Amino acid sequence: MAKISSQLLRHIRLIAVASVLAFGAAAVTPAPVSAQGGPTAATSEQQLLNNLKGGVIAGRVSIPDKKSANLIHPAGRDWRTFHTVTLKWIGGIAILGVVALLIIFYMWRGTMKIEGGRSGRKIQRFNGFERFTHWLTASTFIVLGVTGLNITFGRALILPWLGPQAFSAWSEWAKIAHNYLSFAFTLGVVLMFLMWIGQNFPTAADIKWLKMGGGMFSKGGAHAPAWKFNAGQKLLYWFVVIGGGAMIVTGFLLMFPFYNGITVGGMELAQIFHGVIGVVFIALIIAHIYIGTLGMEGAFESMSDGNVDLNWAKEHHPLWVEEEMSRGTGSASTQPAE
Amino acid sequence: MARMKFLCDADRCIECNACVTACKNEHEVPWGINRRRVVTLNDGKPGERSISMACMHCTDAPCAAVCPTNVFYTTADGVVLHSKDLCIGCGYCFYACPFGAPQYPKVSNFGSRGKMDKCTFCAGGPEADGSKEEYEKYGANRLAEGKLPLCAEFCSTKSLLAGDGDVIAKIYKERVSKRGYGSGAWGWQTAYHESIAS
Repeated sequence: MAKISSQLLRHIRLIAVASVLAFGAAAVTPAPVSAQGGPTAATSEQQLLNNLKGGVIAGRVSIPDKKSANLIHPAGRDWRTFHTVTLKWIGGIAILGVVALLIIFYMWRGTMKIEGGRSGRKIQRFNGFERFTHWLTASTFIVLGVTGLNITFGRALILPWLGPQAFSAWSEWAKIAHNYLSFAFTLGVVLMFLMWIGQNFPTAADIKWLKMGGGMFSKGGAHAPAWKFNAGQKLLYWFVVIGGGAMIVTGFLLMFPFYNGITVGGMELAQIFHGVIGVVFIALIIAHIYIGTLGMEGAFESMSDGNVDLNWAKEHHPLWVEEEMSRGTGSASTQPAE
Repeated sequence: MARMKFLCDADRCIECNACVTACKNEHEVPWGINRRRVVTLNDGKPGERSISMACMHCTDAPCAAVCPTNVFYTTADGVVLHSKDLCIGCGYCFYACPFGAPQYPKVSNFGSRGKMDKCTFCAGGPEADGSKEEYEKYGANRLAEGKLPLCAEFCSTKSLLAGDGDVIAKIYKERVSKRGYGSGAWGWQTAYHESIAS
């Protein structure tokens, strides 16, 4: 009995101290009622915030919108910092960094030529379906990338010279395009995953290719071995499949907000993943576009009409050419020069 | 100029929802949108408290910071308002808001949230004070008529206080010192980086 009453006394003392702390000794005359365990005892904002540790202060509401039961959600401030500061740095460094590296690389290396010159013989590298899938994914990616960047960087970069009305109109259309083209992009990624998975498992040649840096950093023209896809392309493939898959999942979560009981914290997390993977994705694709166009002679043909010069193929994908030739498919699709 | 604030004295709130009803009626807020709601903590347990919550019109408002189209502005009275003409319904303000204030009408099956709607402290929007356009988009502009928010006016126990932050803080302090307890000015630390005692 004595033990219980001393415990009770300690509780009451704690409560009294807490309430004095909460309202300041200066502002409030020592509170006689709280010494009797006033009706407020268990609940004050400060106490709950102290116990919170990153969660939300939530209760019960009588309206149908259950997420409105969150009374205070201080973590929104962390997300604010992410969106207004962190993501801008990550995105700025990733994208401008890749562009700067490519400019330096181009100034040093120039366009990588077909060393043997053009043979005049062609070999089919990508068929119509492969090219359709590539361009379906690529064209939607560019729209998704630009409209996505608009959400993070538009306010600082575009709004000042477009003005509020025009910028909002553009952003509204950008949002609609971003939402709806996501379905086409999803289809592209799924098709790409199924279509090319067979040729994208790692092989011994990939290790050699990676050790040689793909032959990109030696002007002497050392060529690294590769099957249909070299190790760099395989890495991009897996990034598109896994990173693209993450973009699709988080994107749909953002598009169907609070789906299936997802909390506001879950929505913030989805946005964080979507933003970070997105800017890294854009940076990688900028490098991919460079190497497929300006960076290498004869590379773009593989995705334009699907046929590449035989010498290009031998230099960049020798193992694949041998395989094709031995199957006879390579020679079947070659055309005489004149 | 006064700095307008809300203060809910949780020791007085009886969860009658008169504030919610008054708000919905005054501004003709559509179905599914609640600019104000009453949250009950520790429901049915010792220390149960109900708090009426809406947009707190934060100092350095997080919604304004994250908005991709910069639709928010703070009036001379410290009220955070927004332009529905510029809002694209992206939902980011809801993620940043510590109080869950922004609301979005559901305009189609997926994706497109409508223009954000939230408590205006009964101060309308960017349109001309008291105009038809302003009423249709944002509801009544009581502040322009020299009146305070209707939710607080309606409060049956005078739990919800709205008005000049210094005045309502003084009222609350007097109450606390008179009755000897108070659970604090809910949301003030998060919204204004201050509590009543400071």
